[in-house]
Amino acid sequence: MDIKNLTIRKASEAMQKGDLSPKDLALSYKKIAEEKNDTIHAYLEIFSDLEEQALLAEKKIKEGSATLLTGIPIATKDNILIKGHGASAASHILEHFVSPYDSTVASKLKAHGAIFLGRTNMDEFAMGSSTENSAFGVTRNPYDTTRVPGGSSGGSAAAVAMDGALVALGSDTGGSVRQPASFCGCVGLKPTYGSISRHGLIAMGSSLDQIGPITRTVDDAEILFEALRGTDPMDSTSFYPTKRESVKEKLRLGVPRHLLETGGLSEDVIKNFNESVSRFESLGYETLDITLPNTEYALAVYYVLMPAEVSANLARFDGVKYGFHRNGENLFEDYIYTRREGFGKEVRRRIMLGTYVLSAGYYDAFYGKANVVRSLIRKDFEDALKTVDVIITPTTPTPAFKIGEKSNDPLEMYLADVFTVPANIAGIPAISLPSGMAENLGGKLPLGIQLLSGLYQEGVLFKAGKDFLEENHGRR
Amino acid sequence: MIEGKDIEKLALLARIAITPEERDTFLTEIDSILAYIAKVNKAPTAGALTQAGLVKNVLREDTHPHDSEIYTADILSQAPSREGNFVKVKKILS
Repeated sequence: MDIKNLTIRKASEAMQKGDLSPKDLALSYKKIAEEKNDTIHAYLEIFSDLEEQALLAEKKIKEGSATLLTGIPIATKDNILIKGHGASAASHILEHFVSPYDSTVASKLKAHGAIFLGRTNMDEFAMGSSTENSAFGVTRNPYDTTRVPGGSSGGSAAAVAMDGALVALGSDTGGSVRQPASFCGCVGLKPTYGSISRHGLIAMGSSLDQIGPITRTVDDAEILFEALRGTDPMDSTSFYPTKRESVKEKLRLGVPRHLLETGGLSEDVIKNFNESVSRFESLGYETLDITLPNTEYALAVYYVLMPAEVSANLARFDGVKYGFHRNGENLFEDYIYTRREGFGKEVRRRIMLGTYVLSAGYYDAFYGKANVVRSLIRKDFEDALKTVDVIITPTTPTPAFKIGEKSNDPLEMYLADVFTVPANIAGIPAISLPSGMAENLGGKLPLGIQLLSGLYQEGVLFKAGKDFLEENHGRR
Repeated sequence: MIEGKDIEKLALLARIAITPEERDTFLTEIDSILAYIAKVNKAPTAGALTQAGLVKNVLREDTHPHDSEIYTADILSQAPSREGNFVKVKKILS
């Protein structure tokens, strides 16, 4: 079986025809995952119940109730709850936690008969851009094991890139699906805020978090998105129109060139970006220079709002209801020792930062102000998207960096998110597409470009993405 | 400018114990992050207002949510300390 070029459609067709069994497919991925996991460490756990899950998929195929996702092996980030399985968010505080219920995405995938391969490594509580903040060890980039896979969904991206999963799910609060997808040569989609239910996703920044697929093709990302999107009574922030709008035949591409003046962009990234714009032009896209004047504040806004939301969301980890517990002399000591030992350094740093920006004396100067600037950034995109259908930027300022290169300077690490954060701030959908290799670094490291579009306009991203990757012409 | 005693206060408010060494590293790091995020005050916000999202009732009707006790055993099994069907906590009022 040619696993390298497998897609959801190809696998599904082979299974429906009887040329391939869900069990064999799942076990093929499991074998590769187990072989490569020693070096790459994409998975925190590879599940032992694959054959049982495959039986359910086989039953669906026999009954004729199979869908495109029946029997499709999928890796899920360790912050997505699957009943009866662990979900630790790569944190000591949840190391032995077992999910008492299914997340909405898990129950939807189960209804399709998809097969959960295992849970993937991540930055603790999704806080990081390199997967170095996992309490259970780093994940390595399959393209160069001295480099990071990106983060926080680094395990999910590495699992797909090493052929240890056909597709994967991650979560994206400030770029955590798109940035690792870019570093690992994958497609990564951050859908419109609220479009996929977050019921059963361990929360980080609730006004920003979104679940999204990491795949090898845009078509696979679209299939997963279509299966998972929709309003869910269990998540009061979820909403998606029942019918997707149709997409115009000819799309206009907006190019915010001024963003490239951000310091720290590698030559490879600039060159690849310009080539990608030319490529769209050669595909018949009309390009237009646009400006997004307030996006220069997006990262600062993000590092006010996100820690504020983190400090509130993570207050629930008190060593009383579930998770790790450290005993002290009294209840207060229980709290402070449980949280010191249970949380890693980046998590503690962000909780304290959030506590600071929400404190009485600084609330207006930080949290209040950041919310106003957020509305300006949102308006920038609304205005720009009146004249263009889709906006292009690099996904990241550089290709994958070395393990340890940025881990001692939190601010330096935060700058890795400068292009991805604005979509979360504005709530709009964005996709990262593989766009070539970094030539200055020996041609071995993948690069990505990001496309952004208006609320609920995922269809535009899928069309432009397929055009760019020539998916409709059988190249991929 | 943030000081060492502010970090101690924040740690207390955040219910996280810290050592003097941790206080010093957090001070350096949080200070440089604060200097960066203070940039939000440079944005041209005169006249701009925060936007509220669509306002509608998202609460479920107050009817039968689910059968009683279907989650109890699974949830209680996660508690670090319990007594029968109760989560056990140290004395709150002294």
